[in-house]
Amino acid sequence: MSSTLRLCLHSSIVRRITPSFASSRWNSTKASSEDAPKKITTHYTIYPRDKDERWKDVNMERYAEEYDVAIVGGGPAGLSAAIRLRQLAKEQNKEIRVCLVEKGSTIGAHTLSGACIESRALDELIPDWKEKGAPLDTPVTKDRFYYLTKTSAIPIPVIKGLPMYNHGNYLVRLGKVTAWLGEQAEAAGVEMYPATAASEILYHEDGSVKGVATNDVGIAKDGSPKDSFARGMELHAKCTIFAEGCHGHLAKQLFKKFDLRKNCAPQTYGIGLKEIWEVDKSKHEPGLIIHTAGWPMDTHTYGGSFMYHILDNGQPLVQVGYVVALDYENPYLNPYQEFQRFKNHPKIRPVFENGKRIAYGARALNEGGYQAIPQLSFPGGCLVGCSPGFLNVPKIKGTHTAMKSAMIAAETVFDLLKKSTDDNKSKGLEPSDYDNLGCSPGFLNVPKIKGTHTAMKSAMIAAETVFDLLKKSTDDNKSKGLEPSDYDNRIKNSWIWKELYSVRNFRPAFHTSLGVFGGIIYSALHFVFRGKEPFTLSHGKPDHACLKEAKDCKPIEYPKPDNVVTFDLLSSVSLTNTNHDSDEPPHLTLKDDSIPTRVNLPVYDGPEQRYCPAGVYEYVENDSGDRQLQINAQNCIHCKTCDIKDPKQNINWVTPQGGEGPAYNGM
Amino acid sequence: MAIRILVGVKRAIDYAVKVQVKTDKSGVVTEGVKHSMNPFDEIAVEEAIRLKEKKVAQEVIALSCGPAQCQETLRTALALGADRAIHVEVTGKDYEMLQPLAISKLIAAVAKKENVDLVLLGKLAIDDDSNQTGQMVAGLLSWPQAVFASKVDIKDKTAEVMREIDGGSETLRVKLPAVITSDLRLNQPRFANLPSIQKAKKKPMAKMSPKDLGVDIKPHQEYLSYEEPPKRQGGGRVASVDELISKLKEKGLI
Repeated sequence: MSSTLRLCLHSSIVRRITPSFASSRWNSTKASSEDAPKKITTHYTIYPRDKDERWKDVNMERYAEEYDVAIVGGGPAGLSAAIRLRQLAKEQNKEIRVCLVEKGSTIGAHTLSGACIESRALDELIPDWKEKGAPLDTPVTKDRFYYLTKTSAIPIPVIKGLPMYNHGNYLVRLGKVTAWLGEQAEAAGVEMYPATAASEILYHEDGSVKGVATNDVGIAKDGSPKDSFARGMELHAKCTIFAEGCHGHLAKQLFKKFDLRKNCAPQTYGIGLKEIWEVDKSKHEPGLIIHTAGWPMDTHTYGGSFMYHILDNGQPLVQVGYVVALDYENPYLNPYQEFQRFKNHPKIRPVFENGKRIAYGARALNEGGYQAIPQLSFPGGCLVGCSPGFLNVPKIKGTHTAMKSAMIAAETVFDLLKKSTDDNKSKGLEPSDYDNLGCSPGFLNVPKIKGTHTAMKSAMIAAETVFDLLKKSTDDNKSKGLEPSDYDNRIKNSWIWKELYSVRNFRPAFHTSLGVFGGIIYSALHFVFRGKEPFTLSHGKPDHACLKEAKDCKPIEYPKPDNVVTFDLLSSVSLTNTNHDSDEPPHLTLKDDSIPTRVNLPVYDGPEQRYCPAGVYEYVENDSGDRQLQINAQNCIHCKTCDIKDPKQNINWVTPQGGEGPAYNGM
Repeated sequence: MAIRILVGVKRAIDYAVKVQVKTDKSGVVTEGVKHSMNPFDEIAVEEAIRLKEKKVAQEVIALSCGPAQCQETLRTALALGADRAIHVEVTGKDYEMLQPLAISKLIAAVAKKENVDLVLLGKLAIDDDSNQTGQMVAGLLSWPQAVFASKVDIKDKTAEVMREIDGGSETLRVKLPAVITSDLRLNQPRFANLPSIQKAKKKPMAKMSPKDLGVDIKPHQEYLSYEEPPKRQGGGRVASVDELISKLKEKGLI
């Protein structure tokens, strides 16, 4: 494609970082090129449109469509819930209308994972997945664990009984598995809407969830309406299942509104960065898993790598990645750079030397496990998958538990839907307001010798009474979301709970003053205790409160990219194929535009310029020589790390227009 | 009398995707890669819809040639406002070797069959950058053509088209039926919203094969190999004009 054309169509993300004197041309907000440029955020979630002059005469009406269940998110969890609901509908002969919205352009476009998955949940959901062509093609053959120092790799035995033992699992490209699940969902009759973002939760008058509204389009970068402005649509449902994945933006609102986290620990996270490489056949061993801990992390930062060798349609691929826990303390830490320098290790580098990098991406993941599971259901809906968070940290697996939680939710919701209409079916509605009907009871006026008029009137009164009764019973469903409160119980009684309970102390064991050694000691002790120990360790402070001030920390010197095995950030970001409309409000919103320059930069040296795996946040010099935050929203790959790690929790990630963000291919 | 328009839409690799060449150099990687409607075709569809909204056109037919996935692109065109769609199915190796001349023949055949007054196409597709189809369709049909349009006005079966040319712009008047291809500045396409996507599912989509249209799509060119452009070499700094001259002499450039 011609380069001139590319420039015509959009200011390419690759050309983003420029010397400071030219930076004003590519600023993501118009304001920066004018005097006193302080306004960064223009999104209507921060500046409501009903108070905005420019929106005075705009028609804000929305179409609404009614469903039995609406599912937000087309990842493994959302799709499992959708498929399970339709399976139950078919089995029990009860038609239910299920819709699913996914902000990625296609199902799988925003999926990113290692991944080595346990097929346990898929075996339950679709037992004949192999015949149906699910892309779980590479069974695990070899499992290796190394503790790295700068120059050596100390092998650590992985024995059966430890959660890290992977025999029987599969190495997959989760994006492809998700796309396959999407096809199954479509075949099962789920109404699928990819490239559609759920941007707002809708509520009934009584405060229960009514459904979601999809994103508006045609809003300019400065927040004003364009000619192409069009409202999103309202999807009403008796029950809404939220499956947004790790740290979803709507889930964040639900936690607050229904106080779902009052009895659990704050979630703790990691950021996972990943690349896919096509390697030399001689270096390739399909089915090989390598995990490492140690270098380049210091003893007090939790992190490690994964390398999965898979054969995909004859291509010798290695899925390699690095996870850094977001409770790290040094604001100079740069997870992307840690990943790049990890690849330089003498034991790791040879694998990639003759290879070709074909993909890159990143996503936050949950590490809170059992201690951080919130209340799952609320009036009108429930949360499934990584959104509440069921990832098994020592196993580094969350897909099987996510899918299982979604299946349990589907069963609970289905039973609830059945019961609400069964109640209507098995119980005659009693129009107790009314007493008897027509000549049967007998209203003939004897002296007038007329009974018809009174018979007719009595029937009319009866009809009115019965109608009101019918209306009330469906109005109840229309004015109140169904609450799947049994879902929490069913989760507690499932294998998800047992599994997460048994490994609950692994992650916090790394958080003591012994650092990584505490974790290693616990891992050895786990053989004896198997999770039955009578204590539950805590995770400590939430991730965003863990950063030390920059003045108390040492900057880290990272090696320059060699463009053979290690690369610069921007060429990596272009591999994500991410894109956002250049003329829409930045979806990385700041509650207070002044905090980056008042707090983040002076106190923490702007950690967002280092933890963002897509180069969204930059501090550039403006005309007066002061440094100011510039948000390159176009680069965003929807990983959610900034919303998690921002020390003042000033960054609020909201969804951009549907169909935007990364276009991962089988990540 | 309101006219009938045929709009061609091509399913191409999305413009924001980093295209990768297959290791065996036989083509580019397309499997699993994000595809969308060719941006210039989006502009053509938008223009057709606007003509319909102005009541200049009474019907907009969307056409695409390719495998089953083209139906998604056609559904998008329907969601944007087209009335019906035609999918000319070409699959597998035939599709890999489908070239502009064959596509032009298919479009010309459909235009004749549907008896349209205007064929609106994108000026080029962003995957092959050919910029040939519109012109060849006009040639095959012996219709006038106005390509690289940045403004289209239609009145009384005549189109006045302002075209982007190297020196600036030129305005042509062409009698319908004609072929017009869209350039970037013609319009800003609208978004397909969810209600119209749902409605589009019910709009008619006809499927046919090149044989049904009596067209032979055999390729006339063979693709020998695909390669990435050469990697950019870094530059170097020189300290003086003399050093510059000696370096240029070294490289045999002067």
